[in-house]
Amino acid sequence: MAAFDLNSDSVRTLNQHLHDSPSGTLSVTNPGGRHCIACGIDAPVEVSIDGHVGYYCAGMNKQAQVTIAGNAGPGVAENIMSGSVRVKGNASQSAGASGRGGALIIEGDASARCGISMKGVDIVVAGSVGHMSAFMAQKGRLVICGDAGDFLGDSIYEAIIYVRGNVGELGADCIKKEMTADHVQGLKQLLASTGVAANVDEFRRYGSARKLYNFNIDHADDY
Amino acid sequence: MSHAKSLRPSATFSQQVLDEIHRAADQGIYEIRGFGAKRSLPTFDDLVFLGASMSRYPLEGYREKCATDIVLGTRYARRPIKLKIPITIAGMSFGALGANAKEALGRAATAMGTSTTTGDGGMTEEERQSSKTLVYQVLPSRYGLNPDDVRRADALEIVVGQGAKPGGGGMLLGHKITERVAEMRDLPRDIDQRSACRHPDWTGPDDLAIKIQELREITDWEIPIYIKIGATRVSYDVALAVKSGADVIVVDGMQGGTAATQDVFIEHVGIPTLPAVRMAVEALQELGMHRQVQLIVSGGIRSGADAAKALALGADAVSIGSAAMVALGCNRNIFVEDYEALGTAPGYCHHCHTGRCPVGITTQDAELEERLQPEQGARWLRNYLTTMVLEIQTLARACGKTHVLNLEPEDLTALTIEAAAMAKVPLAGTNWIPGNNK
Amino acid sequence: MCGIVGIYLKNEDLYPELGGFLAAMLVEMSDRGPDSAGIAVYRDPVPDSSCKLTLYAAGDYDWEKLQKEMAAYLQSDVKLDVHASHAVVIASAQVASVQDWLRTQHPELRIMSAGSAIEIYKEKGPPREFVRQFRLHELNGSHALGHTRMATESAVTTEHSHPFSTGMDLCLVHNGSLSNHNRLRRTLRDEGVDIQTDNDSEVAAGYLMWRLREGDSLEDALDRALTDLDGFYTFAIGTKDGFAVLRDPIACKPAVMAETDEWVAMSSEFRAIAQLPGAANATIWEPAPATVYTWGH
Repeated sequence: MAAFDLNSDSVRTLNQHLHDSPSGTLSVTNPGGRHCIACGIDAPVEVSIDGHVGYYCAGMNKQAQVTIAGNAGPGVAENIMSGSVRVKGNASQSAGASGRGGALIIEGDASARCGISMKGVDIVVAGSVGHMSAFMAQKGRLVICGDAGDFLGDSIYEAIIYVRGNVGELGADCIKKEMTADHVQGLKQLLASTGVAANVDEFRRYGSARKLYNFNIDHADDY
Repeated sequence: MSHAKSLRPSATFSQQVLDEIHRAADQGIYEIRGFGAKRSLPTFDDLVFLGASMSRYPLEGYREKCATDIVLGTRYARRPIKLKIPITIAGMSFGALGANAKEALGRAATAMGTSTTTGDGGMTEEERQSSKTLVYQVLPSRYGLNPDDVRRADALEIVVGQGAKPGGGGMLLGHKITERVAEMRDLPRDIDQRSACRHPDWTGPDDLAIKIQELREITDWEIPIYIKIGATRVSYDVALAVKSGADVIVVDGMQGGTAATQDVFIEHVGIPTLPAVRMAVEALQELGMHRQVQLIVSGGIRSGADAAKALALGADAVSIGSAAMVALGCNRNIFVEDYEALGTAPGYCHHCHTGRCPVGITTQDAELEERLQPEQGARWLRNYLTTMVLEIQTLARACGKTHVLNLEPEDLTALTIEAAAMAKVPLAGTNWIPGNNK
Repeated sequence: MCGIVGIYLKNEDLYPELGGFLAAMLVEMSDRGPDSAGIAVYRDPVPDSSCKLTLYAAGDYDWEKLQKEMAAYLQSDVKLDVHASHAVVIASAQVASVQDWLRTQHPELRIMSAGSAIEIYKEKGPPREFVRQFRLHELNGSHALGHTRMATESAVTTEHSHPFSTGMDLCLVHNGSLSNHNRLRRTLRDEGVDIQTDNDSEVAAGYLMWRLREGDSLEDALDRALTDLDGFYTFAIGTKDGFAVLRDPIACKPAVMAETDEWVAMSSEFRAIAQLPGAANATIWEPAPATVYTWGH
């Protein structure tokens, strides 16, 4: 197993290695809140980071399984394409921003704008999320086992939000929707595959009212 | 015999204003349209070159070379971009434009040894194949953004804003969101695309600096990173772009075009390209970064004369958007009935947002697209670019330059007080630069 | 745009190390703020009968002469310590009389701070250089704020650097960009608040001072700021006893807080906090938007 100690190895060296010769597993110690750790990976490797990371950890991840044993700064797994990123602590704002595939799992809480602009990623948060989460969320699923801050799903397109706890004020065009058997089944599978324990029956579904899809003068207030 | 009383129009409530208020009363929403600012603005027309004289000698054509090549991205990139001409094709989306138009742009640019730029819809296969040097935009919407395209781009351009709408995001109306466009943008078909105006994962130059680092890390520091701004607080923005770590800065003046945005944005936000160039160059000079961080200027560049003047003021290159489309046939006097069906006429059309472009450029309709064949379009654009380059060289040779980047502000003089003040070039016949009392 | 750091020591035994902690955090924020740096340190509080001021002079200055003059005028003890381009003056006198005298007799000096514990140092240049110039590692104290600056809309000068002093033992550092500071500046000047620069952060500081002068508590003043100030901001405010943090309702600008048994720290990026001993096991959280947080003795 390859090992990098960011107190002596640079983030550049680590990332170049991950791009050039990605091995099966790799460990990163002493991340010290540094930025851009393990971003741009395109290989089925396992990376475990022992500590807190800064911005954009695992940005644009493809295929890799990245685990952060600590907190993540803004933009963790931004634009993720596939593979998975797991944050054992809390995630700062814009977690999973514009993510297009794969899975982002946050075992603690996520901050504001979790899943902003998401385009297909599955995000599962064991804790709560901050305000403006799923802002302009286009595709994918955001699962919140705890509470959601204000303006959840503001201007949402076709992404689906599942919430178990309390929801603050909903965002523009975001409404509560029916949980069908298919939704329950899908959610169950997602929770199982990401290893987040929660009772599916306690979740509610939220999504787009689709009233902003084409401009209508009667909805001008929502703009 | 009595005269018919002459009709007396109001300058304040002109016919255009009256029509617009009636329209707003009917529809209850702002007007959305394409093209750039249509109102009269200070342009490069108000600057002229001084040319050769007893004290300054011109170059002969042909053998006495006037070189036009430039390099972009020398600050940090391992693989800077080498272009044969100082004119690039600006970012325009697939979605706003059809595939044929994008391909025509790519082919022409490749033939001329310059670059094209993707837009708010992401990178198409056609454009990557047809354009030898392709700049990939990273926009607030992040439509279609993916690391594979990031890695096969020749440069990245982080879009903070554009001249037509500094502070506004992209816009595409439902009738242009076809199956293919919808898929690329991860949107449902036929809806009106709403847009983010801020990036989702950073706000401010301090966080942009970290975002740039991320993109460099993902691309192993190989390719240049541009920052594009709409011209507003240019002096601050250029300084901040340098401090954030940009290799190249693109400044887009208010004359810059768009395929769709609110008319109020186009006409009332941003400053003209003329002062923007000068402000950008001064900001770079103050930081000691002129020519080290390259400056590309766009927004209503129409000819070799405009380009040469921008270069003289200190730009490293210009970028064309609207002009490129005009070369492809925009507003050409053909298919007149189709212009009329849109409620317009050749020479007046700004109806890109409708998707019914009579000449097949800004449309997703297969039948209309047929009207722009990529090979023909490429030939037109190539001819236009060639003309522009010859014009630049003509002017540069007249000023005694063996390289177009040796053009300087002192080669220019201004015809109006506004132009003199904006470009910081003396008013013709005087030594006077208005407002120069810092 | 900028980097903010703040550290508040719960454990008095760590007071001698305050400067070292602050230096490490400040340098870590160099990328966010390469243009200039500034700190407000709360240390060695003087008795009620005295006052402490930090003064700034451009270029070489005869501080000894000033000390003698001041002592003669006040007819009392004046201590003066030079720190690079600044001097910390402690006088057994009322602060108002000292300030008045300085303003009339020595307008060439800039009063950076006034109070009983606060000292403010600000200078152009990279943070690493600032740390060296001001010998940060030698400074003790109970709490401190620091700021590294990337100038957005105003010039890079010492006056434009943060922290801005808002009143006795009060200061403010800001990361973000206010959008209505110009009109507010005019209003504050009409209210008799002295705003010297075109810097938006100085307006925020002036606004706080105005509200406090009008009798608001710090919490109320900050609450009101949420309505009256427009734009994007993370503020850290230094007080005699501790500090406060406030983020605007949209909260795009970053802010991280951390706490151990020994200290409470705040920064724009976690990696500055990572420099502190015990950071790995600290409780870490982000302040919620539009919420006033305060810590104090």
